[in-house]
Amino acid sequence: MPKKYHISTRPAPPRFRRVGKFGIVDRREDCSACHNCVKRECIYDCYKDEDSRLRKVDAYVDYLYECKSCLSCVQSCTKGLLSRRVNPEYRVLGNDFWTPEIISKTWYQAETGKIPVSGAGYGGPFSGPGFDSMWTDMSEIVRPTRDGIHGREYISTSVDIGRKMPRLHFDGNGGLQDAPPPLLEVPLPVIFDSLYELGVPQSIALAAAGAAKRLGNLSLVPSSDLTESLMPFAEAIVPELDDGTRLDDLWLNRVRMVEIPDGADVAQRLKALKRANPSLLVAVRLPLNRGSADRVLELARQGIEVVHLYGDRRGQEREDVHPRHISRVTREVHLALVGDRIRDEVTLIASGGIAMAEHMAKEIICGADLVGIDMSVPIALECRVCDSCKTGLACPVELETIDLKYATQRLMNLMGAWRSQLLEVLGAMGIRDVRRLRGEVGRCMFFEDLERESFGPIFGRRKTETQAMVAV
Amino acid sequence: MKTEQLEITTEQERLDAIPERKVRAAPTRYRNPVGKYKVWRSNACIQCGKCMQVCLYGVHIKPQGYPRFLPPRDDLCQGFKCKEIGRFCPDHCPVGALRVDLSPMYESLGDYRWTADLILSTWRMAETGQIPDGDLEYEIGASGGGFDRIRFRFPQASGSLHENRGAGDVPQASPPASLQHGQDAHATEVSTAIDLNRRKENDRPRIQIDIPVYGGGMSFGSVSPITMLARARACAAWNTFSCTGEGGYPERLVPFKDHVITQVATGLFGVREETIQRARIVEFKYAQGAKPGLGGHLLGDKVTPAVAAMRETVTGNALFSPFPFHSVYSVEDHKKHVDWVKQMNPRALIAVKVSTPVDVDMVAVGSYYAGAHIIHLDGSYGGTGAAPDIAKKNIAMPIEYAIPRVHAFLQAEGIRDEITLVASGGIRTAYDAAKAIALGADGVVIGTTELVALGCIRCGNCESGRGCARGIATTDDKLVQKMALPWATQRLINLFNAWHIQFVDILSRFGMKSITELRGRTDLLMHLDYDNHTEK
Repeated sequence: MPKKYHISTRPAPPRFRRVGKFGIVDRREDCSACHNCVKRECIYDCYKDEDSRLRKVDAYVDYLYECKSCLSCVQSCTKGLLSRRVNPEYRVLGNDFWTPEIISKTWYQAETGKIPVSGAGYGGPFSGPGFDSMWTDMSEIVRPTRDGIHGREYISTSVDIGRKMPRLHFDGNGGLQDAPPPLLEVPLPVIFDSLYELGVPQSIALAAAGAAKRLGNLSLVPSSDLTESLMPFAEAIVPELDDGTRLDDLWLNRVRMVEIPDGADVAQRLKALKRANPSLLVAVRLPLNRGSADRVLELARQGIEVVHLYGDRRGQEREDVHPRHISRVTREVHLALVGDRIRDEVTLIASGGIAMAEHMAKEIICGADLVGIDMSVPIALECRVCDSCKTGLACPVELETIDLKYATQRLMNLMGAWRSQLLEVLGAMGIRDVRRLRGEVGRCMFFEDLERESFGPIFGRRKTETQAMVAV
Repeated sequence: MKTEQLEITTEQERLDAIPERKVRAAPTRYRNPVGKYKVWRSNACIQCGKCMQVCLYGVHIKPQGYPRFLPPRDDLCQGFKCKEIGRFCPDHCPVGALRVDLSPMYESLGDYRWTADLILSTWRMAETGQIPDGDLEYEIGASGGGFDRIRFRFPQASGSLHENRGAGDVPQASPPASLQHGQDAHATEVSTAIDLNRRKENDRPRIQIDIPVYGGGMSFGSVSPITMLARARACAAWNTFSCTGEGGYPERLVPFKDHVITQVATGLFGVREETIQRARIVEFKYAQGAKPGLGGHLLGDKVTPAVAAMRETVTGNALFSPFPFHSVYSVEDHKKHVDWVKQMNPRALIAVKVSTPVDVDMVAVGSYYAGAHIIHLDGSYGGTGAAPDIAKKNIAMPIEYAIPRVHAFLQAEGIRDEITLVASGGIRTAYDAAKAIALGADGVVIGTTELVALGCIRCGNCESGRGCARGIATTDDKLVQKMALPWATQRLINLFNAWHIQFVDILSRFGMKSITELRGRTDLLMHLDYDNHTEK
């Protein structure tokens, strides 16, 4: 058995105050300073340092941010002076895709490296668009034992990038005709996508590269941003070349993979790059759209070994009218390759809208070999998705000056938490290798299918979405 | 902080006796109740008492001999509904000292599945034993799918309790007397009882429960001993069952043993010959809906001497309940376990609790052939003391899909009438329960609803630190004392009563005499997102 992969997580507390969901409103002017103050009874000690903090100009009052929302103080205060509100600052975090929940859970994971765990049942919507219309499955009784979650049996999260040959060819003497193409094994089915579209500072690219090197995975960097400071992390860096850009030989010999945009000459470019460095992997970057499946087939037939499909930041196709979700397009691409019996000859990397660990698992179920994450990287470093950087305003969490070591740890924590969650779902499915999860829709249930199979016989046909909206 | 405790006004009841099935007021144990509306009384108040005369609900209280009003009882306020009947107190106040508005806290309560309305209405039912007054929604949540989009297709003429309740010219602090339990012609002639043993073999007792609801497993350690006892007592009063969960059978539950299911789960914690032998129902737990396929992990800190003793383990050592049963890899293996229990206790019924993978129907059939009496499906949105969020949200299917599948499959197999199918995992309201039955279940199992009745606000911090801040799901000595047993018992008895009223109402409106007639009547349901939905 190979050495067990382990991500070393360590607490990395936030540099700036958290934005908690709930806050307590205190009408202290009516306080009668009674001797049985409920604040002393808070089992989470939210009020512990209230007095000393209130006297400092720059200190914040913890209970506004760290209230756990048990309502005990609110309901017990002798004079009823306390009340609870949703923190207005929390409510305006992010946007409708990068919701306050996703942002605060990402912060938690980057801080602690732990899986978000809570009591009580799930409180969210029944289902939703995109990944929220999928449930992963589990295996009830009849299955082999899988105890990976508690570490007693190893579940592998490694994936291979590159072309896997369907068969070997031998020459007359029984020797191999051609050497097998290079394969790059990454221990985690996640890579850091390039962040240049996001307008985030260079410091973040550096942190992503640093974390990628320690994690053993990859980080994409536009070739124009390849600076000397990134050189120590070269083995984890995937330069993203523009049309016509040539990569400096120094880099070319140290990186393990490069990415080129799709175009008519991809096959020639691939050949040229391979001549310079035969062990180099070349990925083709392809926008997610209506033509993705056909184009991936063409590329695969031309011998392209890795295709990186990228949707927009919300995981939608780059189409103006009725864009489909990345999960659906990936499924289509995967099935096209399966249908053509060349699925293993090309590795699919999918990125865009991968915001939570569950998205990673679900996207792989839909047919990707691995995923790329984008916004999650700055969010792990406390970004508030306020878009200040895009408009040239100062970053409220000073990302440009973030300490590299600290930032690296935050990203490792996030990936540690994601990996643990992947192990949870793999464990529940009775699968012990994430390679086997790819395209395994048998371990997944889709909203449309469940509705049709369970409710169809009872309620008939589902109204189209617009009709349903009217019925509300 | 002193927690206010309800004083039950009858003679001190014996805590080891089965309490009476009687509704008694059990108001909130907190000083400041939370309501949907908030009433502000300013200092301009001249204490004239006009508001007290106008209000039908007892929001404004000025006790005899007091010069001033007590703080308004926000939780009783019915808000703007009073405008319709000209009894909106701010309109009557001669000095404009009153203001009524949606409580700012209301919007910070609840979530999609358990909306603020559902939490408040469940509290109200636990307080009064009746359906809530006013405009509190007590039937559905806002999750946008499943039960929340399914409606009953009631006959035209039948007015709902919902429509009939609330503000009228006559003070109606509670619904019409005709709908109160025990006084109604309906309530006596409509049966809500179900059989739990429906197998042909006549070798085991025919157990019947009076409501189609029993309590799900909550282990010693995950909830407080008071919570555990209150559930056992209330279920005994209603001639139904609660369940020990995996974690031992505390001695104090023994007086209620005829109404306590004991659980055999993968860790086999606290399972002993005598616990199996004293139970009328033994439940095999294969998986839990909130974390299917994952098993349990009790952190070392939580293994206190009491917990360790109960589980027969070592204090401070983390405990795993692995998944799955490491001795069960086939239906035959499963049958072997069932046979052991049957041999050990010749009068016990066997329940099998499974979660809801895509092949749940096969699992159900397998359980039947292994000799189970009850198949218990736990859907993916069910409750838990602690589970990874990724599991709670994503693994396995919601219960709404699983019930009709399993029901149809058992029917096709020709064994539907020989097994009792119960559903859990997201049954929040009496309406959810009734819909589950109409989809094909015989009855339901609840858990979270009971905790909400005891004052849970679903903050989700059951597992952190000392446990539940409200003293429900904790074993911390001090926190446990926040709740008194007689009060907690009464809250649950009241909740069951309110549910019973609703079951009787639903059945009466369909002209049914028994809840068993409702089972599988999917023709009485409609889904707002489907073309079988017709406007009333």
